Amino acid sequence: MSAVRYVIIGNSAGGIGAVEGIRQVDTSGEITIISDEALHTYSRPLISYLLGNATTEEKMLYRGRDFYERNNCNLVHGTVTKIDKNARAVILASGERLVYDKLLVATGSRAFVPDFEGLGTVKNQFTFMTKQNALELSQALENGGNRRVLIVGAGLIGLKCAEGIMKKTPAAKITVVDLAPRVLPSILDENGAKLVQKHIEAKGIKFILSQGVKRFDNNTAVLENGEKIDFDVLVLAVGVRPNTSLLEGIATINKGIVVNEKSETTASDIYAAGDCTETRDISSGESKIMALLPNAYIQGECAGINMANGEKTFTNAIPMNAIGFFGLHIITAGSYNGEIYSENAENRYKQLFYSDNRLNGFILIGDIQKAGIYTSLIRERTPLDSIDFPLVCEKAGLLAFTKQERQSKLGGTQ
Amino acid sequence: MRRVFVNEKWCLGCHLCEYYCAFAGTGEKDMARALKDIKIHPRINVEEKDGICFAVSCRHCKEPLCVKACITGALQKSDGVITIDSEKCVNCYTCILCCPYGAISPSDGGAVMKCELCVSTGTPACVAGCPNNAIVYEERA
Repeated sequence: MSAVRYVIIGNSAGGIGAVEGIRQVDTSGEITIISDEALHTYSRPLISYLLGNATTEEKMLYRGRDFYERNNCNLVHGTVTKIDKNARAVILASGERLVYDKLLVATGSRAFVPDFEGLGTVKNQFTFMTKQNALELSQALENGGNRRVLIVGAGLIGLKCAEGIMKKTPAAKITVVDLAPRVLPSILDENGAKLVQKHIEAKGIKFILSQGVKRFDNNTAVLENGEKIDFDVLVLAVGVRPNTSLLEGIATINKGIVVNEKSETTASDIYAAGDCTETRDISSGESKIMALLPNAYIQGECAGINMANGEKTFTNAIPMNAIGFFGLHIITAGSYNGEIYSENAENRYKQLFYSDNRLNGFILIGDIQKAGIYTSLIRERTPLDSIDFPLVCEKAGLLAFTKQERQSKLGGTQ
Repeated sequence: MRRVFVNEKWCLGCHLCEYYCAFAGTGEKDMARALKDIKIHPRINVEEKDGICFAVSCRHCKEPLCVKACITGALQKSDGVITIDSEKCVNCYTCILCCPYGAISPSDGGAVMKCELCVSTGTPACVAGCPNNAIVYEERA
């Protein structure tokens, strides 16, 4: 039998996970990775750390320099314009055709840029998704005249970008505007958001919340309430959209590409993984896009193993985030439904959400030790009456489990 | 391969494992001098309450969620041991978010801390220092 031809579109967590998955099963198949960035695989979430000089281009490589060679795969720089499902080929902008036996679409997401009036007149405008974005923003900030920064979007990307800018350029005057009434609305509740906002404000970053940008006039933003903000540099971090277009008309797409627990799309021999997909969040039962690196890797690895005819399922995806700003750490997971166990003290904020004998989600700010115990309770859907739940609420640890369960965790092989 | 296992019934709750762990790698000869007046950040931690106590350290899982989830590639598994590249780690704490044992912890500013089985010396210091065989280093099926 001739070697299986694997083609992977995307060179980030999902694609790399797939390579490592394939190679667990098939050491001889031909793997081709196609990326529209002419770069060695790098960690996308680290671009804010690169901007803030907290990592380097070398250290932020997601895998070592020998990755492609060691895994015997071929990295092709190009943009895929079409998937020809009948001919089982992908077509690049250069006209090149690559035939596949198994295809993975791990195309990620892109910055969503709203159609603001006057946006075309703004000089020094950036999105913040790629290493190239970070390097260009960094360069713009190196011009001493570019001190006033306006960031539209107080989500994960906007605030990590703000931190990176502040660390790179302590003299920067940063203003963050968001339509939402609180910072990090996708992961924090109201009180948690207040605490984080206060911490970031103390570092000199200004927030204007519950307020949208109406239009731009050169480097002045006019807000919905008429307020005008002059700026030198604009960062648009309003949101992201999944890159699904290659599979339009080929496989089922809702918000993201629909995949099953084996990372298969509805089209035969075509798999998908990462930010471009939507999967079932087992903490809420809803199908949604969970654009975060751990899920992308796990889903990619799962896809790779199945592409190589191994057996693997990914059945317990949940939203989960670990993020920090200026030394204040936040860990969150799951969905915020049900009754609440709550602690709210100076630099120790904890909310646990539970119902029907299951932990659904949590928010930890400040003291994040052993957060994974809670994550595990959500992912495993552990019946809360099988553990000492009041104890684990107070303090995350294995003490809350039965002696027998501890014996299996610490004395057995997992 | 050999790994660290915990025999809960033998644990005295003496916390010596934590001190031996923190001492390992300091390069000092005298433990008391090396650890005097400092807050230690051991890679093994004793949990205790109401007379129950046991030590917890990295299980070096077959399917390590921390490695899969690591956003930098700093956590890797080779030859059965999960190691951390402290240079690459940016302290995002995604591994702490993921570890179902609570076996990865923050340090003072540096990279996260986790048990690497004292691979360079052969026997984990916590095991060598445990006075009651409550922590052992052996092969189990």
